[in-house]
Amino acid sequence: MAPQRDNDEPLVTIRDLTFRRDGRVIFDGIDLDIRRGRVTAIMGPSGTGKTTLLRLIGGQLRPERGSIRFAGEEITRAGRGRLYELRKRMGMLFQNGALLTDMNVYDNVAFPLREHTDLPEPMIRDLVLMKLEAVGLRGARRLMPSQLSGGMARRVALARAIALDPDMILYDEPFTGQDPISMGVLVRLIRTLNESLGLTSVLVSHDIAEAASISDYIYLLAGGRVVAQGTADQLYESDSQWAQQFLQGLPDGPVPFHYPAPDYAGDLLAGDEDREAAA
Amino acid sequence: MLDLLQNLGRRGLGVFERLGRASLLLVQILAGLHTLLPRPRLVIQQVFSVGVLSLVIIVVSGTFVGMVLGLQGYNTLVDFGAEESLGVVVALSLVRELGPVVTALLFAGRAGSALTAEIGLMKATEQLSALEMMAVDPVRRVLAPRFVAGFLSMPLLAAIFSAVGVLGGYFVGVGLLGVDEGAYWSQMQDKVDLYDDVYNGVIKSLAFGWVATWIAVFEGHDAVPTSEGVSRATTRTVVYTSLAVLGLDFVLTALMFGD
Amino acid sequence: MMSTRTTEIWVGVFVAAGLAALFMLAMKVSNLSALDEEDGFTIEARFEDASGLKVRSPVTMAGVRIGRVVAIEFDKQSLQAVVRMRIDRRYDTLPADSSASIYTAGLLGEKYVGLEPGAGADECEEAALEAELEGREPEPCEGGARVLRDGARIKITQGSLVLEKLIARFVSQFLESGGKKEAAQ
Repeated sequence: MAPQRDNDEPLVTIRDLTFRRDGRVIFDGIDLDIRRGRVTAIMGPSGTGKTTLLRLIGGQLRPERGSIRFAGEEITRAGRGRLYELRKRMGMLFQNGALLTDMNVYDNVAFPLREHTDLPEPMIRDLVLMKLEAVGLRGARRLMPSQLSGGMARRVALARAIALDPDMILYDEPFTGQDPISMGVLVRLIRTLNESLGLTSVLVSHDIAEAASISDYIYLLAGGRVVAQGTADQLYESDSQWAQQFLQGLPDGPVPFHYPAPDYAGDLLAGDEDREAAA
Repeated sequence: MLDLLQNLGRRGLGVFERLGRASLLLVQILAGLHTLLPRPRLVIQQVFSVGVLSLVIIVVSGTFVGMVLGLQGYNTLVDFGAEESLGVVVALSLVRELGPVVTALLFAGRAGSALTAEIGLMKATEQLSALEMMAVDPVRRVLAPRFVAGFLSMPLLAAIFSAVGVLGGYFVGVGLLGVDEGAYWSQMQDKVDLYDDVYNGVIKSLAFGWVATWIAVFEGHDAVPTSEGVSRATTRTVVYTSLAVLGLDFVLTALMFGD
Repeated sequence: MMSTRTTEIWVGVFVAAGLAALFMLAMKVSNLSALDEEDGFTIEARFEDASGLKVRSPVTMAGVRIGRVVAIEFDKQSLQAVVRMRIDRRYDTLPADSSASIYTAGLLGEKYVGLEPGAGADECEEAALEAELEGREPEPCEGGARVLRDGARIKITQGSLVLEKLIARFVSQFLESGGKKEAAQ
């Protein structure tokens, strides 16, 4: 896998991606490259469709326009069977782990292996224990998902995501709601797994410090566009107002404090409208 | 007035849209059934949670319904001196109507709501999405086994309900009220027809099993993925299944016995 | 979480109980054990009036059910009802001169077809008796006793008694006799 390291051809190429949901434009012609062997962070304020982007890459949603290529194959036009083949090469870590609640930790990690391979049970056992060891939870294999803390559930889900040795892992908000210790564990895991397994990682997050600390490249999304990109240092030094507001957490800026509304004074005087709308 | 019409129209369209989505899901489920053949365990697991776990409520309700039928039937028949026909009354009511219908209603409350809640929660906690991303089709892996299990369990549950009910009626009629034991069984055998009554009863419960599980699975799959959405979907399952079962029962009864 | 084995055992118990219940409904509650109608022969009878009779109505002899009505048709030539009945194969020695009537079970019960054996003994025996009296060898009689076979037709029939017709006849007779009495006075 090492030779691919320096291969500059991106694993995922997104061009002119446009996506709309319920008439609202989520993405308005964005271009993105995910390079092999790197950790790429996609950041931006809540509601900018970061998770939607992961679902588009996974082929769970179809864009209105534009192209998404994974390892040279067009995801947006792939048939069902082909899409399923491609997904075996992607792992996805959902926000809360999304472990199957009716199986224990061991069976959850074994699940993709049992579904997609005909490996004998002893070999599955070895693989599962290897993956669990990688996330440090080999001892928790008899626990049910309801007995795990949020951080542990995510680590089990991570073990499950790497069970089939994918090329790429998509992380959906992995740090949300974690205490500092488990956040630190996750940060380290993402980075080390990326190195040791030769993965390509895509990280969707709004936790600036953590994401910036492990990312090789950062895309900043806002208003359906890529507003800034670069390494963490480049972004901190950029003069983009978007980047500055987001990185420093300013309440007002290009992302306005106020939701778009008519003139304040006029709105107060025209009080009947809401009542009519409600009726 | 126009608003009312518009509202009505919008609701009507919504109903059709949901019906369309439900039919589409059913087609997907049916198209995925062949993938279950090499993996009967998936279905067995679900027969356990749909069928076996409903067993207690079915047996208890069946016994009591049979006992009530025995009591009420006796009190009515004794006025005509026809209490020997008690077996006929109990068996026909159970096999033709109460067995399939009450079982389906209990099924909606016990198993249907559980199915919807389970699938809805799996959706809300992104388990279905996760399956998709693991290249596992949730319709085939999660919905299809549940559908098959419900469809197969219903006639068995209804048969158990009816059989237990006949015994309950026997207990009250013969054991407590003194109806002749021979008359109870022989009149029953004379008047209850295998084809007309038992067979049609089984057909009914198969139809109910189909509809009840379809609704439960669809509502779960179509639920808004929040806790409120799941609880609403669960309620809808029980309401819609009950309505559908009662309506369908009328249609089937008219087709089967309405000559 | 229950082990797979326990789950499977429970499912086995459940399926067995369900099948046992179905079996009980078939054998104990309904009449599967009484009569196997697929296996039998069909006879037909023509009635002036078959009102109230239905397909699957019972066919009895001496009060015992021996078959069921399988078809009721209208014959436009004779303007009669043609009733086809399927008789259990066990009863394949019914005399050919049996008669069929449509009765009502109880005052308000359902209609059924009652068969009664004919008055005459079977013809072979009669022929044999005759031959003996005349002092000659009895001719070989085809098929032994004459019995109802598949496709046979019962000739002597008595159709349904329709209550309104009975009442109408009774009333008209009553009026007639009343009129005569009046005339006599």
